[in-house]
Amino acid sequence: MDEESKSLKEQFWDPIAGFGVTFRTMFKKVVTEQYPFEKMPTAPRFHGRHQLNRWPDGLEKCVGCELCAWACPADAIYVEGASNSDDPDGDGRFSPGERYGRVYQINYLRCILCGLCIEACPTRALTMTNEYELADNNRADLIYEKSDLLAPLLPGMEQPPHPMRLGDDEGAYYRGEYAAPAPTVRGGDV
Amino acid sequence: MTTAPEQTDLVTLTIDGIQVSVPKDTLVIRAAEQVGVQVPRFCDHPLLAPVGACRQCLVDIPDAGNGRGFPKPQASCTLPVAEGMVVNTQATSEVADKAQQGIMEFLLINHPLDCPVCDKGGECPLQNQAMSNGRGESRFAASGGVKRTFPKPISISPQILLDRERCIVCQRCTRFAAEIPGDPFIALIERGAQQQIGIAEDAPFLSYFSGNIIQICPVGALTSAEYRFRSRPFDLVSAPSVAEHDACGAAIRVDHRRGKVMRRLSGNDPEVNEEWITDKDRFAFHYASQPDRLTYPQVRDEDGSLRPASWPEAFAVAARGLASAGATGVLTGGRVTAEDAYAYSKFARVALGTNDIDFRARPHSAEEASFLASEVVLRMPVTYADLETARTVVLAGLEPEDEAGTIFLRLRKAVQGGTRVVALAPYATRGLRKLGGHLEVTTPGEEGIVLGGLTEHAEHGIDSTAVILVGERLATVPGALTAAAQLAARTGAKLAWVPRRAGDRGAVETGCLPNLLPGGRPVADAQARVDAAAAWGVDHLPDAPGRDGDAIVAALGSGALGGLVVGGVDPDDTADPAAFRAALDKAAFVVALEIRETDVTQAADVVFPVAPVTDKPGMFVTWEGRPRPFDAVFVSPTSLPDLRVLAGIAEELDRPLGFRTVPEARAQMEEMGPWDGERAAHGGSATGASAPSSTGDGLALSTWKLLVDNGSMQDGDKAYHATARQAVVRLSPATYDAHGPVVTLTGDRGSVTLPAEAADLPDGVVWVPSNSFGNGVLADLASPGSRVTIAKGADQ
Repeated sequence: MDEESKSLKEQFWDPIAGFGVTFRTMFKKVVTEQYPFEKMPTAPRFHGRHQLNRWPDGLEKCVGCELCAWACPADAIYVEGASNSDDPDGDGRFSPGERYGRVYQINYLRCILCGLCIEACPTRALTMTNEYELADNNRADLIYEKSDLLAPLLPGMEQPPHPMRLGDDEGAYYRGEYAAPAPTVRGGDV
Repeated sequence: MTTAPEQTDLVTLTIDGIQVSVPKDTLVIRAAEQVGVQVPRFCDHPLLAPVGACRQCLVDIPDAGNGRGFPKPQASCTLPVAEGMVVNTQATSEVADKAQQGIMEFLLINHPLDCPVCDKGGECPLQNQAMSNGRGESRFAASGGVKRTFPKPISISPQILLDRERCIVCQRCTRFAAEIPGDPFIALIERGAQQQIGIAEDAPFLSYFSGNIIQICPVGALTSAEYRFRSRPFDLVSAPSVAEHDACGAAIRVDHRRGKVMRRLSGNDPEVNEEWITDKDRFAFHYASQPDRLTYPQVRDEDGSLRPASWPEAFAVAARGLASAGATGVLTGGRVTAEDAYAYSKFARVALGTNDIDFRARPHSAEEASFLASEVVLRMPVTYADLETARTVVLAGLEPEDEAGTIFLRLRKAVQGGTRVVALAPYATRGLRKLGGHLEVTTPGEEGIVLGGLTEHAEHGIDSTAVILVGERLATVPGALTAAAQLAARTGAKLAWVPRRAGDRGAVETGCLPNLLPGGRPVADAQARVDAAAAWGVDHLPDAPGRDGDAIVAALGSGALGGLVVGGVDPDDTADPAAFRAALDKAAFVVALEIRETDVTQAADVVFPVAPVTDKPGMFVTWEGRPRPFDAVFVSPTSLPDLRVLAGIAEELDRPLGFRTVPEARAQMEEMGPWDGERAAHGGSATGASAPSSTGDGLALSTWKLLVDNGSMQDGDKAYHATARQAVVRLSPATYDAHGPVVTLTGDRGSVTLPAEAADLPDGVVWVPSNSFGNGVLADLASPGSRVTIAKGADQ
């Protein structure tokens, strides 16, 4: 461009005005989040990784009904049910009632975290936590198994399989007719 | 069909304002279907007698055809139509709709809300109709009512579980049990809200058809131990198929998910099995997923062990071995599809240049081969429908309840319509008693004589309205098949041969016999050979008569044959298991095609894994001659049908078969077509009845395979095996009194100790099940047609 055709303002003032944005911003508070060194809390009802909840005695709430798999619009959930057994030589009891989820897988490559599965769950076994760090360097590890999804054992809970501790039948569990107060479950029970 | 007589029987009525004409005696609920109105129902089933138990199908009838209406809504499933009747269903009538909603509310009072854990959830008529014809709210629960509960499931048989809370007492199961198979072991017990389905304390529901009640139960009250909690219906993919366990060709539905069969249900084919199948067809499918399933070809190494091989290598090794082994025989086994059988047949003639091929992996005879060529192949004289219209059905060498369940159910239906069943058997079996049949007491070996004498009998003489069903077991009785053919020819009665295995009839049609080429072309007929050779584009076909199964085994033993191509043959099914095993060892080169590891594959030089019926399309031919094509359920590129393996070997031998896939083989079969020339003449003994072999010491041995037994295709389901009938020895009352409740039978191949039961057998005859103990009768007890001695068994 021809130097002669520029006005005085364009020649001297505009370069300084451009740096003005830079100088002004230097004295403002930065908005950068220092993830992953500092983690920000999510909104309380953020749809994060799923969790399979337990009854206060440690038995699983999941009955393996596959309604979550049916509700899933992304076909990300795979469930296989199986029979609980109270026989000494049986496979043992994992949930109150007849049936439990023997296999439970959520494929987080497919999951869109829409939450339709937790709406479908008839026993509130499946809820969502606020955990959002769902990345990995391979595909296989993003298929979460039941062991990855189950809520941790809190004090007073016992690792299944074990008999029903809180009542004689599953009805007592479902109606909340058990004496021991339910410990607060960690994670967002949305 | 709009024939004139039916037209005159039409009744015209008005349903929801639409005029419709239906045949006389049609029920209102079915007439409503004709105008496109689905009246909700639970107890109603088209194949069971109407009962009106659930009351869900109430409709309003303002005019019953006589100008007067019914004052209250009526159950449309028990009400026949009348001329001029006016029916208003829930679609147009507030009264009917309110009545149906009321009934639904009653039904749901005691029905538990456990749909999430119920196996029926998702395919449940109660669930669906509660949504379509029920109220959203329950006044019972809202007013604090407490549901009646029962302890969760009780077993009514080792396989069938009953959840009494869920039952709505529609009685479909009890009516099925009483009407269809005639096994009324379940009944309604107790009264009022406690009313429930029950069994007698020591009499579980041990019916061969028990699985059908699970399928027709409109709620989840009946489940099978085998399928319980295995999957949900909305997760399953269904594929229609054909049952592979007997020659009846029952239509089935295979439900699978992720490459595994989860369950099998009955299909609906009114011409064949209606809506019923046997428990074997329903529950015995785990054999294909057993851990010993072969998944890759194997060849025998220099050190004598089998090692994995690639397909091309295995084809090459098999071809080289067969070429150097000299004369080779082919045994296909009875489980092959028609296309596979055709491939075996062509492979033997074109690639191996021999007629030494036989599909019969069981005791057989040259007379039978001749009978099949002259009387059976290409003929379709009897259908299931013909059984219902026949005046008399003669069963010879056939126990339909055990060996052909679909025929048994058709005969049950036929008997209710006036058909008379005459059975040639040593005693009146449970199946025969359920058919109300007449027993012609027949000592094993005398079937031919009894058949010959049937015409003279005044009460149940055979004429042209009769049907004669001969089982494959008659092959062991010299002269019996000839006698049956002569009886049919003399009286004009229809004659059909009923094999036990699904592939048998297809193998006859495709020429897996030493005396037959595909399409019923007789080997002995030079014209037929030329015809087949022209169709296959080869110069000539072997003209020397072939060896049958027993002769192939003998020739392998003597060294006259060097090679053997063997399909799904269980040595213990053959006439002489020990000789068969010895022949396998003696043979220079054995190529085995099997689904699972067996004695045969362990002795073979090359082992090819072949596809079970779920992995390949194909066709079975029923005992009637009806083709039953089916498609593959799974697409599994590593699971190849027999014909692909044979094509691969033939190509390595430089004598290709001209097809590699099932559709190509089927097209070639259709192109080749049936033989339109002269049939082979039956060359059986002219007298039709040879001298009975009932001389000698000991007892004549009668035996057949029970429906549920130790067969290798029934492996893998404990609950199913627990429903098997106990292996017992049946004796005449006098013999039973002499030898007590536990007896030891000794034959020329071993002895066996079993509990005994008295039955109406003649003295000198003993019955045992063929394959319900040890390795079976042929391996552990006696050779076919031989006699056994009896002794008091060890006290227990």
